[in-house]
Amino acid sequence: MQGRRKLGREVALVGAGMSKFDVFRDKDSKHLFAEAFKEMLLTVDKGIDPRDIDALYLGNFTNDFFVHQGHWGPIISDLLGITPKPATRTEGACASSALAFREGVFAISSGFYDVVLVGGVEEMSKRSTEEVTHGLAMAASPYEVKAGFTFPGVFGATATAYFVKYGANREHLMNVTIKSHNNARLNPKAQFNVSIRDIMNSRIERAKSKRQTIPAWRDEKEFLRDPKANPVVAWPMYLYDCCPISDGASCVLLVGEEIAKKFTDDPLYVVGIGQGSGKGLHAKEDLTYFEATRHAAQEAYELSGFKPEDVQIAEVHDCFSIAEIIHLEDLGFFQPGEGYRAVEEGLTRLDGPKPINTSGGLKCKGHPVGATGTGQLVEIWKQLRGEAGKRQVPIKNLRIGATHSLGGTGGTCTFTILERR
Amino acid sequence: MEKRPFNDIAYEQFLNEEKLMGTRCQKCGALFVPPRPICIKCYSNKMEWIETKGNGRLAAFTCIAIGPPFMIKEGYDRKHPYVSGVVELEEGARVVARIEGVDGSKPESIKIGIPLRVEFLHRGKANNLKTFLAFKPLDL
Repeated sequence: MQGRRKLGREVALVGAGMSKFDVFRDKDSKHLFAEAFKEMLLTVDKGIDPRDIDALYLGNFTNDFFVHQGHWGPIISDLLGITPKPATRTEGACASSALAFREGVFAISSGFYDVVLVGGVEEMSKRSTEEVTHGLAMAASPYEVKAGFTFPGVFGATATAYFVKYGANREHLMNVTIKSHNNARLNPKAQFNVSIRDIMNSRIERAKSKRQTIPAWRDEKEFLRDPKANPVVAWPMYLYDCCPISDGASCVLLVGEEIAKKFTDDPLYVVGIGQGSGKGLHAKEDLTYFEATRHAAQEAYELSGFKPEDVQIAEVHDCFSIAEIIHLEDLGFFQPGEGYRAVEEGLTRLDGPKPINTSGGLKCKGHPVGATGTGQLVEIWKQLRGEAGKRQVPIKNLRIGATHSLGGTGGTCTFTILERR
Repeated sequence: MEKRPFNDIAYEQFLNEEKLMGTRCQKCGALFVPPRPICIKCYSNKMEWIETKGNGRLAAFTCIAIGPPFMIKEGYDRKHPYVSGVVELEEGARVVARIEGVDGSKPESIKIGIPLRVEFLHRGKANNLKTFLAFKPLDL
């Protein structure tokens, strides 16, 4: 398959690793990136000498603000012992490492480099929720910030517009949350590797042991409707509609096509890449989709020659439950207004025809913003190679997977399609 | 004719003066609020300032329980959520603004499509005056 656009040289993914995503008091950005790097090295089937890495592209968004330290490119290249090779930091809010990945692909496809390390890192949890909310809002439009919008607020407002246009409601968003938790339960790297049912049971056990009133939730949705268990953050976004504050790092190794087999007999090929930019809330044509995602998807589909129905599995940027539903539509997996029904019908479950966010997604795997884009690639790497363990999707002939990132309130979006041959 | 530059500094000054101003393209008539220096419909840079009437309808909203420090300072918190929204002006452009005169703790009582009227929330004094754009229901 070859689409209308072309890369000068094909790019292969030959290794992928990540730290656990979680809240760590005793691990900083360097520690986390070292963990991701060490794991990546182990995934390169025939091995890699770090001295062969030509360049590093690193995504990071908030470390200037939260850790009071900028200029992370050389800090990480020094950490890995790959100086004086160039290290470039990319910033695209929550899509920061997705941009690093694209730069890495361009660097190889241009012929300039042969072996490129691409990754991302973020250290967020040492700040209060209010500080983090305020810091992340740096990536919203200045008008939104002044009007009091936070990130959950922007997606809350987006949800109200979507509800009115398509007749969805909060119950439909809960389906996304329940699915994400069920997937994350099978992912040991996930920050919340528990199902909603597990959380309910542990709360009930705790109430019993403390001789308190035992909660009478009959099912997961009743738990999610309980304001004590699931308080509002920015209506209609409740706690369980929102991704957490996380620390973590991830990285992948890219090489030119003709040397890929030196590293592994089973590389993944980067067949589609796309990126788009988008306007602030007030200037959007329609509040119920992201123009940047649609453009990114169009670019990636054009390059790959694949269509949305060819993508068998995807990680999408579910920073908030409503976002996952909208991405399913913007990426062409389902028609506009039908995403919430697809989730309700179970089509996006691990065992469904179009598994989405098998890792648990940002909601449950965690969202150390700069590490998220390459973290999604780690999941697709595992799934396409049949190495996802308990959460391996049961699709036969699995060979096409994709990742989607969204930065800010839709200002920067990317879409990447990987193929196993 | 209004001579101020077509930028956010002028836009903010107008808000201090209780005017919700935008720019209109002299070539194709497209209206932009907040102002744009370049028309993104026809790419003309012949713009002029236009004062909107300040009437609109609620297009989308959210009731925020965890706000940024400047909203917490105003007394909003998890028990007292505030409302931010997208307002479609009578003239067609949309703006983001605070929504006043509605109960953020009862989101179900707030309906998309309700008619709204502009309000200007002044904070600080003299050279430090900052004005926040807000709207409140017309029937208040």
